[in-house]
Amino acid sequence: MNAPERNIPLLRVQRLQKHFKVGRNAMLHAVDDISFDIAPGESVGLVGESGCGKSTLSRVIARLADPTSGALQFEDVDLAVHPAAKFARDSRRGVIQMVFQDANDSLNPRYTAFDTIAESLRLLVGMKDAAQIKARVEELATWVGLPVDLLSRYPHQLSGGQKARVGIARALAPSPRLLILDEPTAALDVSVQATVLQLLAELRDKLGVAYLFVSHDLNVVRLLCDRVVVMYLGKVVEEGPAEAVFTTPRHPYTQALVAAIPDPDARGRKTVRAEGEPRSPINPDPRACRFHGRCPKGEPKCELTMLDLKEVAPAHRVACHFA
Amino acid sequence: MSPETIVHADPRAAANVPPPLLAVDGLSLEFRTRSGVVRALEDVSLSLQKGELLGVVGESGSGKSVFAYAMLGISDAAAKITRGTAVFDGMDLLGATERELREIRGREVSMIFQSPRTSLNPIRKVGHQIEDVLRRHAAVRGQDLRERAIDCLKRVRIPDPARRYEAYPFELSGGMCQRILIALALACQPSLLIADEPTTGLDVTTQAAIMDLIVELAHERQMATLLITHDLAMAAQYCDRIAVMHAGHVVEVGPAQVVLHQPQHPYTARLIASTPHTADSIAAMQPIPGSLPDLRAAKLPPCRYSARCEYRTERCDTEALPVVPIDATHSVRCWRAAA
Ligand SMILES: Nc1ncnc2c1ncn2[C@@H]1O[C@H](COP(=O)(O)OP(=O)(O)OP(=O)(O)O)[C@@H](O)[C@H]1O
Ligand SMILES: Nc1ncnc2c1ncn2[C@@H]1O[C@H](COP(=O)(O)OP(=O)(O)OP(=O)(O)O)[C@@H](O)[C@H]1O
Ligand SMILES: [Mg+2]
Ligand SMILES: [Mg+2]
Repeated sequence: MNAPERNIPLLRVQRLQKHFKVGRNAMLHAVDDISFDIAPGESVGLVGESGCGKSTLSRVIARLADPTSGALQFEDVDLAVHPAAKFARDSRRGVIQMVFQDANDSLNPRYTAFDTIAESLRLLVGMKDAAQIKARVEELATWVGLPVDLLSRYPHQLSGGQKARVGIARALAPSPRLLILDEPTAALDVSVQATVLQLLAELRDKLGVAYLFVSHDLNVVRLLCDRVVVMYLGKVVEEGPAEAVFTTPRHPYTQALVAAIPDPDARGRKTVRAEGEPRSPINPDPRACRFHGRCPKGEPKCELTMLDLKEVAPAHRVACHFA
Repeated sequence: MSPETIVHADPRAAANVPPPLLAVDGLSLEFRTRSGVVRALEDVSLSLQKGELLGVVGESGSGKSVFAYAMLGISDAAAKITRGTAVFDGMDLLGATERELREIRGREVSMIFQSPRTSLNPIRKVGHQIEDVLRRHAAVRGQDLRERAIDCLKRVRIPDPARRYEAYPFELSGGMCQRILIALALACQPSLLIADEPTTGLDVTTQAAIMDLIVELAHERQMATLLITHDLAMAAQYCDRIAVMHAGHVVEVGPAQVVLHQPQHPYTARLIASTPHTADSIAAMQPIPGSLPDLRAAKLPPCRYSARCEYRTERCDTEALPVVPIDATHSVRCWRAAA
């Protein structure tokens, strides 16, 4: 992949914030001042602890939720100024597509798998011809490894992984330029996962589709993604080339994350755990590093100044006093 | 032993070992749908001892969830159990009335469902949902109730638990909902936990913490766990034994490390080879060739893997499949192992 600075980014996320009011005087900082780019055809992995803001960030980028502040430049337009409710009817809707974390939650229970995928073709592509729709739906199903004989089934008649594949096929239907995948492979077994990952790699290489790939499976992120963004409680703590981040993680949180990758040979052995209580994302202290308290390296200064991302190696940026 | 001998899937049950907590024998289940009969489970036999962790792995659609639901009598209305028995702690699960099952569910057996968000009550604060369970099953009352509920949230590593007690499910992340569900399942101190993909939505550090908690309860309270997952690496790391399912059959059962390192069924070997853990590029990942057979087919071959198998012989498609014991704890359903 080309160095992103030399390309015009497909997507530029600038100082994006998404806060939720969760009570009187209580603000939950789900996404807190995040900036990064995605180049055309680039795959960016987004990883981080459960609850750190990955889905919220994804939903804002897919324009399904409005940011509290910040800019969201897609090619030459600022999408952040379009309210999510209006964007739903925008002609560019099909250009950014999203695969949702919970397939169960995102499929219409009264639609068969076929209807779900066909609706995306009708609404976002304007396809009308029934025979053409049928051919395309079957093609998409085959791409994602969904047996065609399952297309007539309703969600409750499908297994978890079968539903996940319906969701992926639906998102691919309008040929998006940017595909946001929120835990797309979590419900998939290793075999279907291999099929889907090979499809994603192929679409990227042939059609230049870019990915924001949210995943807890670091092995998969390492294989698919060019670059990785690591989040911790609403903040980006490390960002860089996938290889560098996984082989030489610099932020103590990333180090703990990499150390916790399950190892089939580690039966009974306890892996390194990030000990201590996680801080609260509600009204967080703006000065303190969010990882302080669980960080093995933490010192009093970490409570007093949270660093911005700084470059530690080419294109590899870390927000830590000790990186 | 002649290959035709059908042995019990867990030969320990025959030896001088205490009777299993859960014993499923020859279970078959089908769905009557408009487009035909889906034969989702066939002749499934598995058993589980107190305090044991059994991993159930297998491709998507292989019948893992259907099997778990059948244990609890919560299958789709179109489901029909056509054969087999399931005995839990001396009680016949398949013959039990709805009332008896309800009694067992939640008190003795807890289940963590595959889709966390839709399994929670959307309009009730998560803290109150946990209190409901505590009140019903652990006989906790009054002032202690809130404290215990917050403690449950803490044990599944929800940050700021006192405040999150007040949250509604929609205010929580996917992984948090999952952890609430785990907290609910563990709050009633079950003797059997059926966990359907309990940690798939969780990052590795949180996953490790949850699995540590389950292992701890297995030791402390002798809680048995049926862990459904397609993460073989995780199953191997945490489970005592692994059962591999394919298209409604249990094709291999054995000690976790043995199944991982000396798989006897060609499907198990394929499953291990397609793990990203072992691949160093996407291109090198090996999807298992072919797909699960259409389970509606009028005539499914005795071995439902045969069409995908590199070792297929004529008898795979004609003769009833033997369960072949490799040793006292390891068995496989394949003609190749019988040879
Ligand atoms: N109500 C139903 N009617 C018809 N077929 C069904 C029904 N429920 C499940 N099935 C089918 O039964 C098979 C087994 O499904 P099950 O949900 O047990 O799979 P699974 O092993 O849990 O897969 P996953 O890993 O994707 O969750 C699948 O082929 C599924 O499509
Ligand atoms: N509608 C909402 N109201 C209040 N808080 C919310 C809302 N949606 C999300 N949050 C909070 O925002 C934070 C980030 O949630 P998000 O779903 O983005 O996490 P995530 O990184 O996707 O986690 P996971 O890996 O568990 O899916 C969490 O603390 C969550 O409770
Ligand atoms: Mg999420
Ligand atoms: Mg399932």
